[in-house]
Amino acid sequence: MNLLRRRGFDFGVILNSVAMWTLAILWALPLLYAIWTAFHPAAYETRFVLSAPLTLDNFVKAWNAAPFARYFLNTFMLVTMILASQFILCTLAAFAFARFRFPGRSILFSLVLLQLLVMPDILIVENYKTIRALGLVDTIVAIGLPYIASGFGIFLLRQTFMSIPRELDDAARIEGCSFIGLLWRVYIPLARPTYLAYGLVSVSHHWNNFLWPLIITNSVETRPVTVGLSVFSAVDAGIEWSVINAATLMTSGPLLLGFLLFQRQFVQSFMRAGIR
Amino acid sequence: MHRREWVYGWLFLTPALVFLFAFTHYPAFNTILGSFFSTPKGRKPAEFIGLENYRDLVADEVFWKVLTNNFWFALGTIPISVALALLMALWVNGRLRGTTLSRVAFFAPTVLPLIAVANIWMFFYTPGFGLIDQFRSGLFGLPAINLLGNPDTVLGAVIVVAIWKEAGFFMIFYLAALQSIPPVLREAADIEGASSFYYLRRVLFPLLMPTTLFVSINAVINSFRLVDHIFVMTDGGPDNASSLLLFYIYEVAFKYWQTGYAATLTVVMLVLLSILAIGQFFLFDRKVHYQ
Repeated sequence: MNLLRRRGFDFGVILNSVAMWTLAILWALPLLYAIWTAFHPAAYETRFVLSAPLTLDNFVKAWNAAPFARYFLNTFMLVTMILASQFILCTLAAFAFARFRFPGRSILFSLVLLQLLVMPDILIVENYKTIRALGLVDTIVAIGLPYIASGFGIFLLRQTFMSIPRELDDAARIEGCSFIGLLWRVYIPLARPTYLAYGLVSVSHHWNNFLWPLIITNSVETRPVTVGLSVFSAVDAGIEWSVINAATLMTSGPLLLGFLLFQRQFVQSFMRAGIR
Repeated sequence: MHRREWVYGWLFLTPALVFLFAFTHYPAFNTILGSFFSTPKGRKPAEFIGLENYRDLVADEVFWKVLTNNFWFALGTIPISVALALLMALWVNGRLRGTTLSRVAFFAPTVLPLIAVANIWMFFYTPGFGLIDQFRSGLFGLPAINLLGNPDTVLGAVIVVAIWKEAGFFMIFYLAALQSIPPVLREAADIEGASSFYYLRRVLFPLLMPTTLFVSINAVINSFRLVDHIFVMTDGGPDNASSLLLFYIYEVAFKYWQTGYAATLTVVMLVLLSILAIGQFFLFDRKVHYQ
């Protein structure tokens, strides 16, 4: 409205608006369609009438057809374990890189950066051998192990730590603060936005991860939801589409819901984590 | 004091480095080593066979097929998703109405697991039942088509899914870049009477160059790394027409258990990623305008 007032009838603005809405609707359609089929009886899969009765039957069927409760528990444990370990390991390493001078620092840092390119995702063959040698095949710990020392996390936190003024260090040290105290009282609190950003990126990444969990797990007790979902929908005979769709929405539901509720923080976190 | 820093530095680093070496550097090194050995079978341990795996690689038609697929997949996905991402960011960053909702629509696919994305798209593609066919027969009376079952169309169908999933993610980086561009530039351009298009081409695009490069590199890495959708949609078929390098590595290693050859294939992946890194280094150094 204020646009119209300021510039009068602006053809460019209208054209751009219409184009943006068109693309946005196009982009939203697949998801909206999935939501439609999941909340309606199978008969309305391709009949789009507003009077179609809403139902939660599909979700109930999906929930009862596969051990999704267990899958969710697995994913929850996996994501929590990875996040906690990443925070601890990456914080310590990032602090060392940001504040201590020691021999081998720059070489070690470039080795850390190497992981941004050579990700554990592509080293599945050798990592499988390692996990087997450790006797950890088909455990939740095994899914997380390759990811807990994250080069990306170390890099991100190091950048943040380096931007914290040295004067704060010195002040804390004069007060008799130890290195751990310094980290705990000064650095970590000041880096809170980075932790939030990295946390959101990490959780969504590992919630969604599929290939490695698929390889390393083979039982209900360890499978995360992504693998559980693929096992569930691969049984093609007998399961209705709307039920598969309900399961699909269910597995991505928590992330999607979190995103819709905190979408500004989400987007900002991804932005913050993205600028290297 | 100096010496204490030294000790602390190593102490703080050790936990992270242990895991980093165990699951990144050691396996990467072992992959290269393993590519010169045969696959151990039963009681027979792996033997050094020199370049034999590489000879097999050159002669392996599936490998070349998969590599070509990966090339076309990257070429089909990256330019379109990066261009769309820029467009989305320009719109969402502007003063149009409905930007918040649009941003949600663009970004939502990024949050979904790729497996879930593939499931959702199966509803469009499945012959007979899928939405595409329902529309074809319902509105135009056309026969069912099997986009995922035809070697000519399967890669295209998968590319559409990848674009849908990725464009919103790349939009974020452009948004971040756009928000860091000082509004003074726009005002100056307005005063000088520059058209919007001129401002876009002469001011915004050059300033967004580092972002474009960063996003493109990420897109290339993703085109090698993300293969989850193949498991749900095509299983690599028909006739390997939609298989990608990482998916082939998975098949060779965990379906046929040819770990020696799988290591060789992984080396190809490592080499490709390294070339990319070197390219990135030089491009970032020379061709890109920094603010």
